[in-house]
Amino acid sequence: MQDYVYLMLSAALVNNVILARFLGLCSFMGVTTRVDTAVGMGLATTFVITVSSMLNWAVEAYLLKPYDLLYLRTVTFILVIAAAVQFTEMTVRKISPSLFQMLGIYLPLITTNCAVLGVALLLVEGRMGFLESVLFALASSLGYSLVMVLFAGLRERLAVADVPPLFAGPPIGFIVASLLALAFMGFSGIGAH
Amino acid sequence: MWVDIASLTLMGGVLGSLLGAAAWFLAVEENPLEAELQAMLPGSQCGQCGYVGCAQAAAALARGEAPVTLCPPGGKATAEKLAKRLGVAVDLSQHEDKIPQYAVIVEDLCIGCTRCIKECSADAIFGATKQMHTAIAEACHACGKCVLVCPTDAILMQPIPVTLRTWHWPKPPSWQERMELEKPVSHHWPKPPSCQQPVEA
Repeated sequence: MQDYVYLMLSAALVNNVILARFLGLCSFMGVTTRVDTAVGMGLATTFVITVSSMLNWAVEAYLLKPYDLLYLRTVTFILVIAAAVQFTEMTVRKISPSLFQMLGIYLPLITTNCAVLGVALLLVEGRMGFLESVLFALASSLGYSLVMVLFAGLRERLAVADVPPLFAGPPIGFIVASLLALAFMGFSGIGAH
Repeated sequence: MWVDIASLTLMGGVLGSLLGAAAWFLAVEENPLEAELQAMLPGSQCGQCGYVGCAQAAAALARGEAPVTLCPPGGKATAEKLAKRLGVAVDLSQHEDKIPQYAVIVEDLCIGCTRCIKECSADAIFGATKQMHTAIAEACHACGKCVLVCPTDAILMQPIPVTLRTWHWPKPPSWQERMELEKPVSHHWPKPPSCQQPVEA
């Protein structure tokens, strides 16, 4: 039990997808201008990462390993992720048109979000079992959502701050992101993983 | 070799047919009129019509809940196009093309009631309860909602002054206007008004 807690803490905070592994930076800078879109993006990515990690784990365990097709890993993972994202998009559109409006273009862009493929490849690298994989994927994506929301909150305040014109816009955004990454380094003592 | 090809083909086929089935069962009906009307609107999502954005305005137009003259930046041309597509008559004689504006709060009159702040959809007004408010010109998109709620009439809509930063080339004339300008001078007498065909609505 304690192992699982450490695993999740490590995936969410210590080895945060965005601030420690530097994955998914496009959406990190692109969707964080408002807190509500950041929340929506976090939820959608959480769902996609968790579902596609389960599927990818099954593909890895029952197809790629037994038939010795490991060199096809990237292309099959991308295939599974793209299908999962497409399915998520159709479902969200049917169930919640307002969430669909809010996410807009960013939903299909999750396909090319390297955090999704990155988590799937990290699972393979770590040789994790099914339950561990699911927990790791869920914790990683929750960490992703947390950082997205934190950063969106910071940027909402930045938008009304008196920033020198030289730094206005993305430059100050990157500086704030680096400070946030420094702050997250404070977690690096937790867990031994 | 064959296992590799077959497995990828199989996965592609299965996932593709799953998605195809999902598209069939989860299909969302959309009003094609909405998309067409949205294409006629300027698409700047300014909110001056009182709706959140152009898509919502197009939806309201398609339901017949909004007048075709709802779009100030679109001006007469957009109103005419919308009226033609929706098959409604529109009286544009009273219609004036608006120029870009922004809200200005007269600080002597502001009582700090925060009503305009709650109304502003662009977060362009700053202030706190019983503190003087102020509007940020760059963020204001001139929807005019704050003017309606202000109890002391302290908000004015002012035209954006022409400076080197805001000046732009005037729009080129539309083809109808150009036809008018380039029409060769007629040497015939104009027809008397009684002979003109009645204008169809």
